[in-house]
Amino acid sequence: MMKKVFGRPRSMKKNIFHYCAGCGHSIAHRLIAEVIDELDIRGITIGIPPAGCAVLAYNYFDVDMIEAQHGRGPATATGIKRVLPDRIVFSYQGDGDLAAIGIAESFHAANRGENITVVFINNAVYGMTGGQMAPTSMLGQKTTTSPVGRDIVLDGYPIQVSEIFSLLPGTAYIERCTVNSPASILKTRKAIRKAFQYQIDGLGFSLVEILSPCPTNWKMTPIESCRWIDEVMSKSFPLGVLKDLPAAEQKQKRGEQTP
Amino acid sequence: MMVKTIFSGFGGQGVLMMGYALAHGAMSAGYHVTFLPAYGAEVRGGTANCTVAVSDDEIASPIASKPDNIVVLNAPSLLTFQNRLAPGGALFLNSSIIAVEPSRHDVRIFKIPSSELAEKLGNPRTANTVMMGAFLKITGLVPPDIFLSSMETVMGSKKKSVIEINHKAFAAGYEFLKIAE
Amino acid sequence: MNKVLMQGNKIIGEAAIRAGCRFYAGYPITPQNEIPEYMSERLRQEEGGVFIQSESEVAAIHMVIGASAAGARAMTSSSSPGISLKQEGISSMAACELPAVIINMMRGGPGLGNISAAQGDYFQATKGGGHGDYRIIVLGPDSAQELADLTMEAFDLADRYRTPVMILADGMMGQMMEPVIFKTPKPRDYPESFIMKGAGAGKSKIIRGLILDPLDMEEHNWTLDRKYQVIAQNETRHELYKADDAELILVAYGTGARIAKGAIKRLRDLGLRAGLFRPITLWPFPTNELRDLAKKIENFLVFEMSTGKMVEDVRLAIQGRARIGFHGRPGGVVPTPVELANVVMRKYDRKEGIIDHY
Ligand SMILES: Cc1ncc(C[n+]2csc(CCOP(=O)(O)OP(=O)(O)O)c2C)c(N)n1
Ligand code: SF4
Ligand SMILES: [Mg+2]
Repeated sequence: MMKKVFGRPRSMKKNIFHYCAGCGHSIAHRLIAEVIDELDIRGITIGIPPAGCAVLAYNYFDVDMIEAQHGRGPATATGIKRVLPDRIVFSYQGDGDLAAIGIAESFHAANRGENITVVFINNAVYGMTGGQMAPTSMLGQKTTTSPVGRDIVLDGYPIQVSEIFSLLPGTAYIERCTVNSPASILKTRKAIRKAFQYQIDGLGFSLVEILSPCPTNWKMTPIESCRWIDEVMSKSFPLGVLKDLPAAEQKQKRGEQTP
Repeated sequence: MMVKTIFSGFGGQGVLMMGYALAHGAMSAGYHVTFLPAYGAEVRGGTANCTVAVSDDEIASPIASKPDNIVVLNAPSLLTFQNRLAPGGALFLNSSIIAVEPSRHDVRIFKIPSSELAEKLGNPRTANTVMMGAFLKITGLVPPDIFLSSMETVMGSKKKSVIEINHKAFAAGYEFLKIAE
Repeated sequence: MNKVLMQGNKIIGEAAIRAGCRFYAGYPITPQNEIPEYMSERLRQEEGGVFIQSESEVAAIHMVIGASAAGARAMTSSSSPGISLKQEGISSMAACELPAVIINMMRGGPGLGNISAAQGDYFQATKGGGHGDYRIIVLGPDSAQELADLTMEAFDLADRYRTPVMILADGMMGQMMEPVIFKTPKPRDYPESFIMKGAGAGKSKIIRGLILDPLDMEEHNWTLDRKYQVIAQNETRHELYKADDAELILVAYGTGARIAKGAIKRLRDLGLRAGLFRPITLWPFPTNELRDLAKKIENFLVFEMSTGKMVEDVRLAIQGRARIGFHGRPGGVVPTPVELANVVMRKYDRKEGIIDHY
């Protein structure tokens, strides 16, 4: 008998992605859907797509989804989770959505330690609106609103969301990953799984930041984009676990040192 | 007189440039003109199109629900726009790339192997200019010399070689239909 | 003067720069992204020019407040959802009597809606989208030329009356290219005394909207209101098109008015003498002018790219003196002039007048 080893996750609808070739959104979508299947939480999961290229995410995820206005996902998630504490609620957000217009909602949801999961797609541009500068754009990065490159004096520094959110006592788990190679994709999948598991265990706010290629607005090929993440982006945004509070607490209980 | 034309193709084929140059030429020739590009989510997935209206009177709507001409550089564009073309209208297609036959029989069809002609001239990126040669030959919307100087203006290139190759490409399209007739 | 072919959004940017705008803050949103993009390039080249891509529309309008108080000609732009976010700041500017220009390239709504051209924000723009007792001047251009002219004029009006001025156009006007001639702007005439730049050795200044004593607040409200009455008296603008011999008048603004003009030509070819009344200032609305027209014309048809907003102002103006019909295409649909002409033929009968008068 043949064994099926690869197929469409149950939590994914049979629709074709509208994303550009080489876009990281499609990979992230699939990973989330796989995790939802694995944890068997499809029936109790509620997702919130952003305003951004992923605005149509409800066409792809086969779970309940409610649209949020630009940047307000974590606030809407808070409302849902407080009313339905036993549901699994995730907010899916871009860098403009999370780190610019929605920084207040995101920061305060994290600070309150809302028991929700945020998947944060950092592609260093505003993808949907055509490649304007994002709060996470690299210094010197040319975009349609930074025609001569991002300038510290005029535009400030790339915001390190994961590092900053790690400082908030309310956050339980924060990891920065990427999806530019098979190995990094598997790692991201693990991170997403952990983030959802922590929510299931009621441990508090979890966030997975994904450095995600946007070949269209970076004006690169998909392969060049993957390389750019390694060579440029991950220098400003180092990959790795930035916070794992439950693990740290365990260690502390066992009398081990935490970094 | 009111003539509306839709230009469509892959992003990167210079579709918007064709429309922009035509609009500029028509303005220089003293006409009222509008140029409307498709924008936003509509252009995800790699296609681009624009609509140019040329008239000797004020233009009410820049949208063409029934264009008088359509110029298509790839097959998806042909399928998207051919049914909109007004009966008796002119359909210009890039026969180097489009293998499908148009389904309309009540329109005038002009097949121009513009990619091949452009390649022969040594610059495949001028396929759009070849097409404009053929387009203006048939429609006579704007005199060639006015169009060519408009094209120089909108391309913003002062490089002689670029200007020259585009003149040649335009002439190749213009001549092509003369030979075929 | 030179005629150039330019996209609507860029025309606004260029007109603003020529009018002396040296401060722009905004947040990307389709279909007006070319405005911030253009300003980021142009303001970089201008002496003293400041471009800021703000973290949100809320931030943008409050940056504009600061720049305006500090004496700059300042502008922000957005499209419908972003304009909703700006309302807090607009209310504040009205209260503090600060000049600025706000561009709304409307799209389909409510909510995220879509990015097509629509006219659903009419109430928000003209009836006070923010809280409190205030008005702002709202201009509704219908061509590339008016985008340029009215943007320049908006800065003058903002200064003259120390008030926010909004340009209410739509996604299609923003994306469309049309020939335009940039006129020479008037030099700025704005008293130094309004500008906040530190007291120096003189008297210190407060700019505020917080007026705790109700009687004082009431007086402030009446002061503002008297200003609005002056604006209504002096600045109301409209266009009449083929109205002299008309038996039926279409009322439309912006893109809607363009479509209406096309429909009118068609109707006249068919023997129906239609004309157009086009408000250019949406606030102040040309109420008296429309009422005067209703003295000699009995039938009006309002056309909007919405479910019907301006039609209420038309009814208030005409006060039952004529029959009024309505045709709306909301949601980002831009009908053809032919469709509108057909609607008029259906809704108007020479003997009965407008049939579905309401
Ligand atoms: C209030 C408001 N302002 C602006 C927009 C337009 N808008 C939609 S998505 C977006 C930013 C998208 O960038 P990002 O969040 O980084 O997501 P990406 O598309 O890159 O995945 C903007 C500005 C909006 N929808 N609402
Ligand atoms: S524009 Fe960028 S982020 Fe958006 S779908 Fe294309 S590649 Fe992905
Ligand atoms: Mg982004």
